[in-house]
Amino acid sequence: MIAQLVHLIGYPFVQNMLLAGVLVAVVAGLVSRFVVARSMSFAVHALAEVGFTGSVGFLLLGLSPVFGLLTGSMITALVIGALGLRIRERDSVVGLVMAFGLGLGVLFLSLYNRYATEAIALLFGAITSVSSGDLLLLVVVAVITIVGLGIMYRPLTFATVDPVVAEARGVPVRLISILFLLLLAAAVAEAVQVVGVLLILTLLITPGATAERLTAHPGQATLFSVLIALLATVGGILLALLTAAPVSFFVTTIAFVCYVAARLGQPLAERLRAARA
Amino acid sequence: MNRDGTNTDGTTAVMAGSTDVGAAADQDEPAMCFDRATLAYGDRVVWSELSMTVPQGEFLAVLGPNGSGKTSLLRALLGLAPLSSGTLDVLGRPPRRGNPAIGYVPQHAGFDRDVPLRGRDLVGLGVDGHRWGFGRLSPADRLRVETALDDVAARPYADEPIGRLSGGEQQRLRIAQALVGNPQLLLCDEPLASLDMRYQQEITELIGTWSRERHGTVVFVTHDVNPVLAYASRVVFVVNGRWAAGQPDDVLTTETMSGLYEAPVEVLRVRGRIVVVGEASGAGFDLDEPHHFPEPVASH
Repeated sequence: MIAQLVHLIGYPFVQNMLLAGVLVAVVAGLVSRFVVARSMSFAVHALAEVGFTGSVGFLLLGLSPVFGLLTGSMITALVIGALGLRIRERDSVVGLVMAFGLGLGVLFLSLYNRYATEAIALLFGAITSVSSGDLLLLVVVAVITIVGLGIMYRPLTFATVDPVVAEARGVPVRLISILFLLLLAAAVAEAVQVVGVLLILTLLITPGATAERLTAHPGQATLFSVLIALLATVGGILLALLTAAPVSFFVTTIAFVCYVAARLGQPLAERLRAARA
Repeated sequence: MNRDGTNTDGTTAVMAGSTDVGAAADQDEPAMCFDRATLAYGDRVVWSELSMTVPQGEFLAVLGPNGSGKTSLLRALLGLAPLSSGTLDVLGRPPRRGNPAIGYVPQHAGFDRDVPLRGRDLVGLGVDGHRWGFGRLSPADRLRVETALDDVAARPYADEPIGRLSGGEQQRLRIAQALVGNPQLLLCDEPLASLDMRYQQEITELIGTWSRERHGTVVFVTHDVNPVLAYASRVVFVVNGRWAAGQPDDVLTTETMSGLYEAPVEVLRVRGRIVVVGEASGAGFDLDEPHHFPEPVASH
């Protein structure tokens, strides 16, 4: 089995896939921490679904589906940002934007009746089918997202855990919200390549939610979130190469197992710590 | 609403003269100076033509019923709510966002049990949370965090997840977070809300002591004056756009308060506490804290 893996990793397309997987995982792990802390799972779903519409739209025009996805999710992020800055209205704004966007997607899909496989790939993820041109786009977007998050890491953390004091201390809380939505849209477009539109939450929620169970140290939580996303993504790709099962299945399973283990382990760890103290 | 002679006369003008003779040079500057300041959101006037000067080192209690614009006063000082007219100077300069000379303590709102944040991290955000980029605190900044934790005696639980701490412990960390930047002005927005009596006293004492020892100015928004009576050197009472400012004994009187509420109100002193009693049926005013008006007193 090891020999088989080593043999597979020798292929350039496998190397490309793993590279893309690592970048996507780092982006997803970082973003996931804030998605969980800001309760934005619904927004993630909307960004992915309208991204799907963008993707099918671009396919119709004979353009790159990855670029279409990015365009769709970015536009959605801007619309949500413009319409729903207040927490109370955010939920309904996300819902109605998603419904409208997906309605367009249905139309595009009915016009695009050539290859249903491409739509399925978008919905459930198919990193194996990413072209080398799209791979380059994924790398560029991932780097921009990681750099962007690095620049706003501290004020984003402040505005997320303690928005009232952050505003009083001069943090531009509204600007940070919109910038984060844009970075989230980019992260969604990345993660969809691995797990697809319908399974997006496995990479953008599970790592962050698991990490919260493991530590109260914010820096460590971010690190754990990235490590869990890496484990799920790279592990998922390798297992899929060895078997005939799809990548998404393994990614979602690994991520879920991590979360359950953390949930079960948390009370145990706390009891141990209490016993030592 | 415009300035109402009944509530401003005799209670406001006295505030300009500082009695603090031995203060350092930059402390001659008043902590804040409102001059005919009006704040309105659209048609709704929050307070109008507010004029008061508060020297540094004072403990100003901001009183009034809910929704009377107490928090807006803090937002104006923080540069988050621009005045509709008039002027405001904070430590000799117009208000600006992110003024490092201002510390801010919000109302207690519990953190989620599992939020990955320790008390130490909350205080650390007070040092560098507003800076762009990422990175660890410098050794000097970490020392400041430790000192701030010691000042509020929060070191024993500084590494616990913040969501597992009691309300009083969380508020202590909030004060450390506000004081870690060594501010000259400390703004507190209902910091005692939802705390029990013991914690209310502890928190008020921490803030009052800081003000006395460091000659720091405190603006303390509260709907109940009693917990801060021992510390407040000035009060401003805001009701329906009207206001009265001055020494507590001058403002918290039956005469002044009746003028503010535009209705007969009685101010009673019962066992060292101040109780404001009005006819609950009186139109147009809303007395706070109904549990402060037990039946026998209210029937007077």
